[in-house]
Amino acid sequence: MFLDLFYGLRAEGVPVSIQEWRALLEALEKGLHGSSLLRFYHLARACLVKSETYFDAFDRVFLRVFKGVEGALGDDVTEQLLDWLKDPKAFPELTPEQLAALQHLASDELMRRFLETLEKQTERHDGGDRWIGTGGRSPFGHGGVHPTGIRVGGPPKSRSAMKVAEERRFIDYRTDQALDVRQLRVAIRRMRQLTRSGQTTELDLDETIDETCRNAGEIELVFRAPRRNDVRLLLLMDVGGTMEPFYEPVSQLLTALHEERGLRDFEAYYFHNCVYDHVYRAARMWRDDALPTGDLLRRLDARWKVAIVGDAAMHPAELLEPNGAIDPRRTSSTPGIRWLHRIADHFDRTVWINPEEAVNWDDWPTVGIVRRLFPMYELTVDGLGAAVQALVGARV
Amino acid sequence: MPSSNGFQRFTGTPGYIVSGPLVDAVNCAIALERPLLLKGEPGTGKTVLARHVAEGLGMPMLSWHIKSTSKAADGLYVYDTVQRLNDSRFGTGDVADIRRYIKLGPLGRAFAAEQRHVLLIDEIDKADLEFPNDLLRELDEMRFSIVETGDEVVARERPVVLITSNNEKELPDAFLRRCVFHFIEFPDVTLMKKIVAVHHPHLEAKLLDQVLIKFYWLREQAELRKKPSTSELVDWISALLRAGLPPSEIEAHIPFIGALLKKEQDVDALQRHEARGGRYPAKWADLGPRYNQ
Repeated sequence: MFLDLFYGLRAEGVPVSIQEWRALLEALEKGLHGSSLLRFYHLARACLVKSETYFDAFDRVFLRVFKGVEGALGDDVTEQLLDWLKDPKAFPELTPEQLAALQHLASDELMRRFLETLEKQTERHDGGDRWIGTGGRSPFGHGGVHPTGIRVGGPPKSRSAMKVAEERRFIDYRTDQALDVRQLRVAIRRMRQLTRSGQTTELDLDETIDETCRNAGEIELVFRAPRRNDVRLLLLMDVGGTMEPFYEPVSQLLTALHEERGLRDFEAYYFHNCVYDHVYRAARMWRDDALPTGDLLRRLDARWKVAIVGDAAMHPAELLEPNGAIDPRRTSSTPGIRWLHRIADHFDRTVWINPEEAVNWDDWPTVGIVRRLFPMYELTVDGLGAAVQALVGARV
Repeated sequence: MPSSNGFQRFTGTPGYIVSGPLVDAVNCAIALERPLLLKGEPGTGKTVLARHVAEGLGMPMLSWHIKSTSKAADGLYVYDTVQRLNDSRFGTGDVADIRRYIKLGPLGRAFAAEQRHVLLIDEIDKADLEFPNDLLRELDEMRFSIVETGDEVVARERPVVLITSNNEKELPDAFLRRCVFHFIEFPDVTLMKKIVAVHHPHLEAKLLDQVLIKFYWLREQAELRKKPSTSELVDWISALLRAGLPPSEIEAHIPFIGALLKKEQDVDALQRHEARGGRYPAKWADLGPRYNQ
């Protein structure tokens, strides 16, 4: 049962390791859960889950694993059971066979022990404070009751662990779907490559010592340039038409990028459906805002990182044929695909960020064509993280 | 302090309201001798907690406030080479004794101290991405050696380490594995009333209700770029009390909005709401079922 929790979490993609599992066992051995399932829930979460983004996954697994347990047994979990369940001595060098054995144990024998202990507990009707006779170990003041005179915020008695898990209050923190400017900024912050350039303002201690020695002890201060981020980012954004529903996430991305002070250079341009002869400085895309795409490619060298944001959903002719642009005022004899090719070839690292969910990408043939040119990522925190990795990370 | 099963337990202090799970997380970290990593919205009292844990456990506290330029080694010790060079040049001080130029950082002092300390590593996410990784071994083994002298500093009493993060950067997995984690949730109304009572014990119940209704309403507004936090609420109440405004004044308006909203766009959004003839809720029922008292 307990191992189900461990493997359940791993199956949900929560990074839990043996190290953390052992920490939980140690905590249980020390009786920190105080025989309450609710406190066990919090304890397990504190030990196993290290980011609020996984709290929701934890809630789901916890519900699945412990559903029914509570119904039969109420909110009290006896210490005996937990002590016995975890068997920490066996843990340090667990072989797969041992693990399997443990899992086997966890099914029937455990349940029997559990119910047995619980029976005793009802006899005592006080929540099982003392188990001296059976356990052979002194179980200290558990019972989930906080010492009197302390201000305790939550009413731990009125809410069961299952209720807490069921509320799933952390659903907003999931990174695979939720997006807000702050989370985006965290992802963007990883976009950095540090180099030394610019003003020499930082004391280089090693060099100073070397030079001072060479100078026979006369202090010779050596300065160097501080390390700074060398990433230059070009953002090209699809606006209007099929992009309308994505206005909110895309504008959040833009806000996050504008707030990001770490980038060495950042430029953003707009296009509609596909990049043609011109890109636009403003989303209204008036003639005055136009900038020849060719000029842009000449001005920005290959070191610029390019992120194109768009759903790549259009009529195939808009992408593949000359004069394909949907807006007759902006006809261009070069097909859009040529321009995309030029962008992909000119720059060293490019990514395509698609606000549409990945499951829907196949609905549009043009998405498939674009994906052959640019690695495509979803506009989620995880997707953006992967896109940033593709832009600045080591090549695989 | 109540002490049972071999380790000291934290049970809270009169000046700081803690939730049950947080007490458990703190005790878990103490018992397992692992650092406690605290995350949560800004203004939920992450930093203050350390002070109260120290107070509650009766231990002295050391803080290490991380800045973007902080390096992990600074927390252990700093070798003041420039001072030594200077002393050697001008013949001041005993240059031969290198130990005179080794200055222990907060982590180093916590290790070297006779007494068990509470060590706060504040806003670890401000530092470089590699910073937490550089501390892994030191936090695990609670020892480090001073390269210049060959001395080894071993913790006599493993300090209680509290680490706060504002989530500005992700922390490396290897580091996270070694921590106990607690996410301080935003307080619900009941807890918030207790928190306010600590800071403003004589607040009228009617005023408190009005203040909290407005506060939680503001937090529900999706347009806001920065939601007001607990500490801002406490400040706002101070401002209201100083001005001596009656509860009726707060029923229809939100005075001193600058204490709650810190972004120009947010204040604008609120003004637009007023301009559109938008009202503010005056009863808990107006906030929807979640707030039914």
